[in-house]
Amino acid sequence: MISLFARGSDRSTTTVVLIILGLAVAVPLLNLMLPPESPFHVPLYIVSLWGKYASYAILALSIDLIWGYCGILSLGHGAFFALGGYAMGMYLMRQIGTRGVYANPILPDFMVFLNWDHLPFYWWGFNWCAYAAVMVLLVPGLLAFVFGWFAFRSRVTGVYLSIITQALTFALMLGFFRNNFGFGGNNGLTDFKDVLGFNVQAAGTRGALFAITCVVLAAALMMCRAIVMSKFGLVLIAIRDAESRTRFLGYRVESYKLLVFTLSACIAGVAGALYVPQVGIINPSEFAPANSIEEVIWVAVGGRGTLTGAILGAVVVNYGKTYFTSGALAAYWLFVLGSLFVGVTLLLPRGIVGSIQHLWSGRRRPDTPDPDPQSVGQPAPAE
Amino acid sequence: MQFHKGGFHRVGWIAVLVTIAMVFAALPLRAGSFEEALAHFGTDDYSEIEEGITAVAQSGDPRAALIIEALQDSRLFYSAEQKKVFYKDTSGKLFDAVTAAPIVGDEPADIDTVGINNRLRRAIDAALGGLTLMSPDRTKRYDAAQAVFKSHEANVLPAIEAAIEKETDSRITRALNEARAAIILNADDASEADKLAAVAVIRARGDQDSVALLQELPAETPAAIVDAAQRAVTAMAGELAVWEMLQNAWYGLSLGSVLLLAAIGLAITFGVMGVINMAHGEMVMIGAYVTFVIQELARTAYAAYPGLLEYSLVIAVPAAFIIAGMIGVLIERGIIRFLYGRPLETLLATWGLSLILQQAVRTAFGPTNREVANPSWMSGTFELGHLNITYNRLWIICFTLAVFVALLGMLRLTRLGLEMRAVTQNRSMAAAMGIRTGHIDALTFGLGSGIAGIAGVALSQIDNVSPNLGQGYIIDSFMVVVFGGVGNLWGTFVGAMTLGIANKFLEPVAGAVLGKIAILILIILFIQKRPRGLFALKGRAVEA
Repeated sequence: MISLFARGSDRSTTTVVLIILGLAVAVPLLNLMLPPESPFHVPLYIVSLWGKYASYAILALSIDLIWGYCGILSLGHGAFFALGGYAMGMYLMRQIGTRGVYANPILPDFMVFLNWDHLPFYWWGFNWCAYAAVMVLLVPGLLAFVFGWFAFRSRVTGVYLSIITQALTFALMLGFFRNNFGFGGNNGLTDFKDVLGFNVQAAGTRGALFAITCVVLAAALMMCRAIVMSKFGLVLIAIRDAESRTRFLGYRVESYKLLVFTLSACIAGVAGALYVPQVGIINPSEFAPANSIEEVIWVAVGGRGTLTGAILGAVVVNYGKTYFTSGALAAYWLFVLGSLFVGVTLLLPRGIVGSIQHLWSGRRRPDTPDPDPQSVGQPAPAE
Repeated sequence: MQFHKGGFHRVGWIAVLVTIAMVFAALPLRAGSFEEALAHFGTDDYSEIEEGITAVAQSGDPRAALIIEALQDSRLFYSAEQKKVFYKDTSGKLFDAVTAAPIVGDEPADIDTVGINNRLRRAIDAALGGLTLMSPDRTKRYDAAQAVFKSHEANVLPAIEAAIEKETDSRITRALNEARAAIILNADDASEADKLAAVAVIRARGDQDSVALLQELPAETPAAIVDAAQRAVTAMAGELAVWEMLQNAWYGLSLGSVLLLAAIGLAITFGVMGVINMAHGEMVMIGAYVTFVIQELARTAYAAYPGLLEYSLVIAVPAAFIIAGMIGVLIERGIIRFLYGRPLETLLATWGLSLILQQAVRTAFGPTNREVANPSWMSGTFELGHLNITYNRLWIICFTLAVFVALLGMLRLTRLGLEMRAVTQNRSMAAAMGIRTGHIDALTFGLGSGIAGIAGVALSQIDNVSPNLGQGYIIDSFMVVVFGGVGNLWGTFVGAMTLGIANKFLEPVAGAVLGKIAILILIILFIQKRPRGLFALKGRAVEA
């Protein structure tokens, strides 16, 4: 494991990891240690907000891993994120105990409201954090495995794959909106009280959640780095650039794709699980296909195929979203977001980090094997 | 009430009376007969009042129904002193019953409500039923017959039989006969033979109400009748199941044609250019807004050209095609042109575009739904057997088929179509043959967008015109295209109709949402089997 991380570190990744870890320590401390009137005090809402960005960054990493390095454009990655979130939300719901409106020790409020008399079997075990943690990985991973097993084996690629991933998340959204699915219907899961015995609203818990999210983000970054630098990662890149050729060279393309897709779904699930306690709610709109497409644009903005770029993109786009939607400019946010989609794909196909890297390596080592976005992606159908 | 046991005289007597009344209604009215009838109400004696009801009903006076309704609602009054009858309208204004002149000033001091009891209520119902059964308006007569069928009050029978004698419209006669049968089945003094005949009549009607009627026969019905009714119910249930399937198939066709309309433009752009246009739904939305704007223009020009409003849809079709088509060409020249060979990037760019278009429309027209009225030739329903068919759905199906055939013809018969097909099959070879592929791309994209605009015109008739209109169709349209394959338009046709019908057949079984989820999962599984859809392109084009 250590050697894996060691291999995964190069200078820029190390810098980013250090920055993230620095933030993980600094932001909660600045919130907890300094008095509110101090100019360096970080308000509590900022801690949660940046914690949210950090969990989005993990999600962006998971998307970049499959899209940037394996050419799989999933338009349904929000589904894995939301499933991880729901697993965490179910744990948090069970922790409410008798403090709910109906004070039922076993059933969450919405089940009492719907006159259910016992806990459905898929809620069993969610009162243990460890079980919930396993589910956070297992549920998205299993879904991705089954879905990918079908899709990759029959060589569904390109836009077809994108569209059926979109159908997947759409179907899940419709399902979770239903009350009798047992996940709270369109209200989702909310009104959480505590996590591992600590009050979720408390400043200390929020700081800790932020720090944990940052640490997980740093770990995910190093892990992804290690993966893409390994031989396995090189095969992924080969699949991205010339899938048929890689297959003819004797690699089992579908196994590689399936593995990386499942792994990516697990990372997305973890991101969702870290997101829920900091935001305080999870509801079926997280499954909306539009969300999943928006998540892809974070990666595109930051730089597809550059892991640090995915993190940067997630933070920048979401910071912009917060900035625009919280003020008088709210009506213009969709214009900005839409223009980002169009502008980035047309003018900045490498994204921010990708463009910088390109300029940098162009000046220093012109022969660097940089993935050229013009040739990235699937061979065009009907071309 | 009696039938066939001497009671026939009375029935026949009323029929004669009614017939006479009708004859006289055509002539100048016998002065005073209505007035005389009203005189019966100046009393507390219920049998006297009952005579009054009958007399008013038979007077043939157009105000008869009004008076009897007033009696029913305790709005009929009489003044013993003035020997006059008054009624109040529903707003409480007092009128003289004879002259229908409003009473100005104070009410007469001694006016008293004309009282009724339960026996009178039945007489009133019968009289009112009889009056509407004789109404000159066909639909009113038909509706009255249907109402009697449902209520099957025994005392309406004479009126029904009188109406049957007189009725000339075969459809209403049938309805009246069915109503008569319903009454006979529920009457306790009808003969067994009559009841058996009634079961047959109701069996022939064969709808859900008939089943309910035959299942809820009175307790004392003879066993033979119950038996016959049971057999009839079984037979009808089988027929009804078939009709229900037909109705579902019709709904399915209707949904399928909507899907086809929304997806066909997408199929063209995807098929020819390999481009997934996520802004396709927004082209549909723009078409719907064009319809809205044109209808508003027609409304403002209503004074000068009143006919325009009714046919604004007809104008909207070419307008929507041109506007959406032009926007499509602009998008192709401005954005998509630079992204050929990068389908995933195209997908993202057009998604961004769809956000911009949505927000632009939201800014221009507001976020709320806009009202697009159905023209009169598109509203209403009619029945075909036991099928309920709405005109707007029928028109949309016809319209979709017309668009489909036109498109098919265009691809097959025109030069542009030929070149499009050439580019679809082998782009570089087409270019080598001198086809300006860039040109074709722009026109194809314009065509696809224009058809989306036309779809918007149709959808404005059955859906809310809001900035989110297109979003609701985009996933379904993709499913159609992916399912049908992009090789030819028939794939889209079969895909749309299959999904529409499958959806509507799953809906009653699984519920709307679960049905939809099931369809999505089925498509995902189907894609595994045929990764390029039902009608896949074969040959080199696939892997090129």
